[in-house]
Amino acid sequence: MSLVELRNVSKIYRVGDEEIRALDDVSLDIETGEFISIIGPSGSGKSTLMHILGCLDSPTHGTIRLDDTLIERASPAQLAAIRNQKIGFVFQFFNLLPKLSVAQNVELPMIYAGVSSRERRERAMAALKMVDLENRSKHRPMQLSGGQQQRVAIARALVNRPKIVFADEPTGNLDSHTGETILHLFRELSQQGRTIVLVTHDPEIAAVTPRRIEIRDGKISQTVDAKLAGLDRLSPTPAP
Amino acid sequence: MDLWITITIGFKEIWAHKFRSLLTMLGIILGVASLVAMSALVKGMENGLREALVAIGGLEKVTVVEEDVPAWQQQLADQAPGITMRDVYALKDSAPMIKLITPEMRMRGPTVTRQGKAFHPWMIAGTWPSALEMNQHVIAHGRMFNEIDDESARSVCVIGTATRDELFGSPETTGQEIIPIGERININGHLFTIIGMFKHYESDQERKRRELEKNQPKEIKTGPARSRGYGGNRSSFVFRLKNSTIYLPMNTMWIKFRSTAGTNNIPDPRLSGLQLKVADSERMEPALQQARNVLMHTHHGIEDFEFRTQESWSENISQQIRHARVSRGIIAGISLLVGGIGIMNIMFASITERIREIGIRKAVGATTFSIFIQILVESIVIALLGGLAGLVTSYALVRVLAAMSPAENAPQITLASMALAFGFSAGIGVAAGLLPALKAAKLDPIEALRYE
Ligand SMILES: Nc1ncnc2c1ncn2[C@@H]1O[C@H](COP(=O)(O)OP(=O)(O)OP(=O)(O)O)[C@@H](O)[C@H]1O
Ligand SMILES: [Mg+2]
Repeated sequence: MSLVELRNVSKIYRVGDEEIRALDDVSLDIETGEFISIIGPSGSGKSTLMHILGCLDSPTHGTIRLDDTLIERASPAQLAAIRNQKIGFVFQFFNLLPKLSVAQNVELPMIYAGVSSRERRERAMAALKMVDLENRSKHRPMQLSGGQQQRVAIARALVNRPKIVFADEPTGNLDSHTGETILHLFRELSQQGRTIVLVTHDPEIAAVTPRRIEIRDGKISQTVDAKLAGLDRLSPTPAP
Repeated sequence: MDLWITITIGFKEIWAHKFRSLLTMLGIILGVASLVAMSALVKGMENGLREALVAIGGLEKVTVVEEDVPAWQQQLADQAPGITMRDVYALKDSAPMIKLITPEMRMRGPTVTRQGKAFHPWMIAGTWPSALEMNQHVIAHGRMFNEIDDESARSVCVIGTATRDELFGSPETTGQEIIPIGERININGHLFTIIGMFKHYESDQERKRRELEKNQPKEIKTGPARSRGYGGNRSSFVFRLKNSTIYLPMNTMWIKFRSTAGTNNIPDPRLSGLQLKVADSERMEPALQQARNVLMHTHHGIEDFEFRTQESWSENISQQIRHARVSRGIIAGISLLVGGIGIMNIMFASITERIREIGIRKAVGATTFSIFIQILVESIVIALLGGLAGLVTSYALVRVLAAMSPAENAPQITLASMALAFGFSAGIGVAAGLLPALKAAKLDPIEALRYE
């Protein structure tokens, strides 16, 4: 059984009389431990797909099963719990809370999980250590560079030990060098066995992942499997 | 999610917008302050009323005064006898529901002199020893005159502390309490011996303050002493009048001042009034009816008298108090309402500013309920802070009001009004936060995250 099963999912927006098929009959399986990129041009439906996968949005048609839970049957409180416990998000614009310190930002998911304050502090520090930012825990997000902010966001996404991490254009707002360090971080995390879905429009970034899903006009146009393409998923350097 | 964390977040949010939050709280502050100050004022009025009522002889006292003959008896006007001692004896004999009767014959234009000092007391009245009980007088020094003094029309008098202060010197100016028992004073040309002095009457508030001042070192006066309005002190009206009362025996008054001393040497036996106490204040009406029947008889059917009960007076005042309470309650209510609307407004503005934050919180697992509670708690925290500030303000306000109002009406803050006002502000916090919290909780996470 796959970690995520998407079956015939469509997302249709109605703007006036017009109907926009942001996702059109998409089916997809994600296994535990996979490192996947979703690639496609702007407006192709990547973010829409990721939001539906991440239980932030609901599809117009079709079913999603995440870790054996049928999402359309879940109550809003259950969905909040799934987002909290099973899913970690990393956004293009970091989406940290500016009034909270770095440590408090990382603690946020644990607050909603009801973790005790001592454990919260310990786990937040551990997560920050993982992204090499434990000496910045008292800073405000605005006092950090973009790459550091994104690392804080990654620490926050990982802190509740989710089953799957979704990252929507995590390097889109960073210069190429900083972007590369972030990609390295994702690769390391993948090597540690985490399930990661990376959304990007950049083929070079997509090339890092063993499996690539190309999406165009809301439809999956091509899936490149690492093994079929002869790419080594543990290759230390990005494929050309 | 931990309530404590939610409250901390609320405080942080308020602290981040100090000035805005303060402005928002202003309505609540004003509302709470005016509510508490209003209750304090009303409470002060009630205290003053209660004390004054006791000081003038309680509710069961009735005064009978001379009144103009009613219109339909005008032709009998020159036969109207007025209130005389005949009425007093008739009531004593024939009105068993009347417990106590005291005649009162006042002197017109009373002047008391001694060694070049003169004083115009409020009242010099000839009366019976029962006046003591009737008007709740207490003899502090010496004695009240008795029946023998009255029968032999002795030239003795009982004075209040105001007369003593004016003719002999007050404790404040001389530094010691002078007790002028046995001294002689001149009342409208006749020498009288002081045989008794009433205690000093004052309201509770006044006494407390006086005792407080006594224990404090005398402040050094700089500049000329300023008058503090009528009477030079803030002693209340009722108590001031009571202190400047002089009583003479009834017969002394009659013989020395009334039997020959009218403007054209015609004796004037009329009393200024007489006072009754009914035996049972629950049965006021039948007792007055009985007294009326007796008086109608002695007055040959001419109704040239009137009964004045304290009840009508106190009714009147308590009605005014009720009016004051209602009108100020409305003012306080309106400012609390305005404060509530202000909070609601600012909460709406605040969540609009924080749509992205709400989206982020939802993305990391905040439930609808926890967002709802977070906004609601913020609103309640603002309202409660405003309520607290309002209580502090009301305390200052009441201090100012207390300095301005007469001593016996000094406003008094009640715990109940503070609890009420604080409860109100909490309720307003909940009411004002409800809609914004609902709006925030219902935000769609995707739209909230996309919001710029
Ligand atoms: N709320 C909405 N209302 C109407 N149309 C929408 C809405 N959200 C997305 N769309 C449309 O759905 C399509 C897919 O949008 P989506 O954001 O998924 O694209 P994307 O692949 O993430 O693009 P980008 O690379 O620019 O982020 C677009 O045509 C977009 O206009
Ligand atoms: Mg996108």
